[in-house]
Order: sequence, then C-alpha cells, then structure tokens
Amino acid sequence: MTTQISRRHFLRALGAGGAATALAACGTLSDSRKTKGQVVVVGGGSGGATAAKYLKRFDPNLDVVLIEPIPRHYTCYGSNWYLGGLTRMDRLAQTFTVLRDTHGIQVIHDTVTAIDRDNHKVHLAGGDRLSYQKLVLSPGIDFRYDAVAGYGPEVAETIPHAWKAGPQTQTLRRQLEAMPDGGVFVMVVPGNPFRCPPGPYERASLVAHYFKQHKPRSKIIILDNKETFSKQGLFMDGWQQLYGNMIEWVPSSQGGQVEEVDAATRTVYADGGLTRFQADVLNFIPPQEAGRIAVESGLTGATGWCPVNQLTFESAMDPDIFIIGDASIAGQMPKSGHSANTQGKVAAAAIVRTMAGMEMLALSTVNTCYSLVGPEYGISIAAVYRYSDGEITGVPGSGGVSPADASLHFRRQEARYAQGWYDSITADIWG
Amino acid sequence: MRHHLLRLSGGALTLALAGLGLSQTATADVVSRGALMATTCYACHGTDGRSSGTIPSIYGYPTEIMVAQMLAFRDGTRPSTVMDRHATGYTDEEIRLIAEHFSTLR
Ligand SMILES: Cc1cc2nc3c(=O)[nH]c(=O)nc-3n(C[C@H](O)[C@H](O)[C@H](O)COP(=O)(O)OP(=O)(O)OC[C@H]3O[C@@H](n4cnc5c(N)ncnc54)[C@H](O)[C@@H]3O)c2cc1C
Repeated sequence: MTTQISRRHFLRALGAGGAATALAACGTLSDSRKTKGQVVVVGGGSGGATAAKYLKRFDPNLDVVLIEPIPRHYTCYGSNWYLGGLTRMDRLAQTFTVLRDTHGIQVIHDTVTAIDRDNHKVHLAGGDRLSYQKLVLSPGIDFRYDAVAGYGPEVAETIPHAWKAGPQTQTLRRQLEAMPDGGVFVMVVPGNPFRCPPGPYERASLVAHYFKQHKPRSKIIILDNKETFSKQGLFMDGWQQLYGNMIEWVPSSQGGQVEEVDAATRTVYADGGLTRFQADVLNFIPPQEAGRIAVESGLTGATGWCPVNQLTFESAMDPDIFIIGDASIAGQMPKSGHSANTQGKVAAAAIVRTMAGMEMLALSTVNTCYSLVGPEYGISIAAVYRYSDGEITGVPGSGGVSPADASLHFRRQEARYAQGWYDSITADIWG
Repeated sequence: MRHHLLRLSGGALTLALAGLGLSQTATADVVSRGALMATTCYACHGTDGRSSGTIPSIYGYPTEIMVAQMLAFRDGTRPSTVMDRHATGYTDEEIRLIAEHFSTLR
C-alpha cells in the first residue's frame, strides 16, 4: 500500500516537471527505495510534521517517509480553548493530506515498535521494516505512572490527564459539563520540566471562564508541585480581574505536592496524608518523560529526556538519529509547539547540509507562547535563543513577558494574535 | 503558488536525475543562514511570511523597510505587543540577513 502511494506521487511529480520520459529509465521506486538512502520521520505532531515538510523544502530530492499512527492529529494548543467552550474539537484536527499530496512526503499510518539502530531499520506494528539513512524522532511525551501512588493508565479514563489532545480532552470537557454548580475542579500539576509550562494555568483560566457563565458558585484548586510558575504575575492578576477568587493556587510547600490519589472517591493526598482535597472533577497531569520509543531505544539519559547536540539535534547516543520536540533536551528552550516547530526546521537543515558535506550553521530562533486568560484577554512569553558553546540559551536583554500594566486593548490584541499564531503555525506544519 | 510549482518541478527533475544515476548538488545552497533564520518567523507570520490569520504578512517586504522596522522595534521607537521582545535578541547582521531573504521571495 505504501508503495502505491509513493508511486502515485512519483508519477505526479514527474508529470509536473514535464520529465515523464525519464520514468522508463528509473525502474520501480519501491525497489530503489529499499537500497537508496532515505529519511524516516517518526511522529506527525508539531516537531515531526515540520521536519518532514522542511526536509522536502530544503531538498526536494530527498525521499521522506513520515510515520504517525493517528490520521487526525489534534493539537494540544487550542485544547484549553475547547475546554473553556471557545472552540470546537474538530477545529483542532490536523490531517496529513497536504504533506502527502502537495509536498510529496510518504505518509504511513502505523506505529514504530522498535528501532534497530545497528541495521538502520525501524520496525512497524503492521509488520513492515523500513531502512533509514537518517532518522528523525519526535515522539512527544509519555507519562511516568510510577510517580504518584494510585494514578495509572487504568484510571486515566475516569481521571483524565488531557495532556495529549483527543479523547482525553473530550472526557474532561464532558465531566466539567456534568459537574453541578458549586462543585470543585482540582488540577494536579507536575514539577519542571514538563510539556507546555504555561498550559495548566491557561486551562484553569478558561475553565473559570466556563464556570463563570454556567456554574458561578464553583471553585478551581490547582495543586502544584513547584513554588513558582510561568507568567505567574500576569495570570494571577488576570484571575483576580476576571474571576475574583474562583481560582486558588497551592504551591508545593503549602500542600500542593500530591503523593497519592484515590481514584474511586476523587481524593488526593498531600503532606504525608495531612492535607486532603476532594474533587468533583479531577484533572491529574502526571510527571513526564520522552515518548516511549525513545526510552526503549536507549536514547534517553538519566532524566528520562533525550540528550542531543544542541546545534544539530543529533542524538548524543547515535549520530544518525535526530531527536526534536518535547522529547529532547534543548537547553533553555521550553517544551512547546513553537519550539518543536523550530527544532524540526533546524534538524531538517542539519540533515540536508550534512548529506551535502556542509557543516551546520549556528542560528538565532524565537519562541512565543500565547495564553488566554479569557477570550479577550491574552498574555505572552517570548524569547530569542542562540546556540553557543554547546548550548542553547536565551539572548540576554531580549524576550520576557507581556507588560504588567498593559491596557485592556493590549490584552485584546494579544488574544487576537494567539488565534493568529494558531492559524499560522498549523499551516506552517501541516499545510 | 507559482513558487510552489517551480519547486515541485525542480523536485521532479532532481528525482528523475537521481533515478538516472546522476547526482545533483545545488539544493543545499537553499539553506543559507538568512533563509534558515527566516523560517523561525513563519510560526507566527505564516510560511514564507504569508499569514492567513490576524498576524501581519511579511512576504516580499523590501529589505530596507524590514530592516528599518526591526531597528525601530528594537530601540522602542515603534510600539508593539511582542516584536520589541524579539527584535532585542537580534544583531544588525542577523536582521539584515533575514530581511534580505524575505525580499527575495517574490
Ligand atoms: C494543554 C496544552 C496546551 C498547549 N499550548 C501550547 C501553546 O499555546 N503553544 C505552544 O507552542 N505549545 C503548546 N503546547 C505544547 C505542544 O503541544 C507540544 O510542545 C508539542 O506538541 C510538542 O511536539 P512534539 O512533536 O514533541 O510532540 P507531539 O506534537 O505530541 O507529537 C508526537 C507524535 O508522535 C506520535 N508517536 C509517538 N510515538 C510514536 C511511535 N512509536 N511511532 C509513530 N508515531 C509515534 C504521536 O502519535 C504524536 O502524534 C500545549 C500543550 C498542552 C498539553
């Protein structure tokens, strides 16, 4: 089946180039692909889909295969907007048609079950084996279910994490809808590092927006396994202005460090059992590590994340594997969709340049994370990152958060840009 | 769109050449420092600077105008929501390389 797709592409590409006569001399592509080098990209999320597209943009001659099990990728960004009732779930769905039909990437909907690093092959759940010359890995995160007693995959159906967008997000929304007015929504938030540092606080904000309209006597409690959080001053100001005292944030030193969950009663315990919170709806965001395939392939270090050369995103464990996105250790860059998008481009350029015998260039890149505190109230954190002396660090004197004393007009403008960012980045990745 | 077709036909041609056992070396030049740095702008301003949403397009901006705008963001003479926080992270040389790249997209 994969062969057919690629042949169709090949023919179309030749047709467009007016070079159809060359076809006869080529033999079959499926045969040549087995022997010829190709780049295989694992994961069609923010990092992987970008890498696949930009590999083709930088070198249309490359044979690029993208492996992603899920035909519709729901972006995590925007999933808090859905939870707050600002958008529909289908607006967050991204597909692979354009990558396949316009950019000439061979898309295979399957799961990589193993990476045979010695023989440069990936094994697919469907039984196929694919050779690679270079491999790009962007598997995102998996959860460390051993970290807190009582929370595991078996309870995730009733106590959703909703930290990978899709059915989990819908489960959480249904629970919020079913909750009576006056109920308590408890969020359990992990310590650093984790996917999307401002994400939990945007979620609390937009659930508060929903409660304010439909169940104004309800309460939100954030139990946080840290002492400070991203854009803290801006979030807390916005909460006060928009939602009064509806949101309560509990840092780790004051009972926020959850040690045990009783799923049956939706109760969480902190402080060695001294503090207890009972929730009507419980959102448990577990501590995280690199996606399982990276862990199982021996590409993670002691921290559970993947060490890479921060100039090229080449794995510290394997020069033919490039690891990008949340799974990688990328200096000071946060685990964000914007970072994953940038890293996909950097890895693509590094691969194309390496194959052409050229060294990789050191660059400056940006990250901007918008969050909505309310539908018309946006805030952002931005930074410029530069590679030097083996590490990616923020450029001193640049970046930072939105001004504390900004006007409501400014906040409205940033809320509009948050939507603009979504439209642009999703088109840049999957369009 | 025209740009796209040209790109595709270029790809088809090189694909065909590769099939014939000929090699092709020019493509790596595409990834110059300016071109690569410009890709970081695309996340907000759209691929090649063509935005489909609320953030302004910067596709095809003339070099000198973009350089002047970036310097104005950097020294605070042009107010902005976020561009001042970006512009302060770039050197004169980097701003020029990025601007030159955008001006070539026509
Ligand atoms: C609630 C929330 C809000 C967020 N908001 C923002 C925001 O506003 N801005 C922002 O920049 N970022 C945001 N993020 C973060 C952003 O979603 C992630 O940082 C980004 O998705 C990381 O990209 P990735 O490629 O590493 O992983 P993902 O996008 O998760 O992609 C990984 C892909 O790999 C696939 N995969 C995994 N294992 C295999 C395998 N073995 N074989 C084949 N495929 C596999 C998965 O199916 C998945 O599609 C948010 C995250 C959350 C949870």
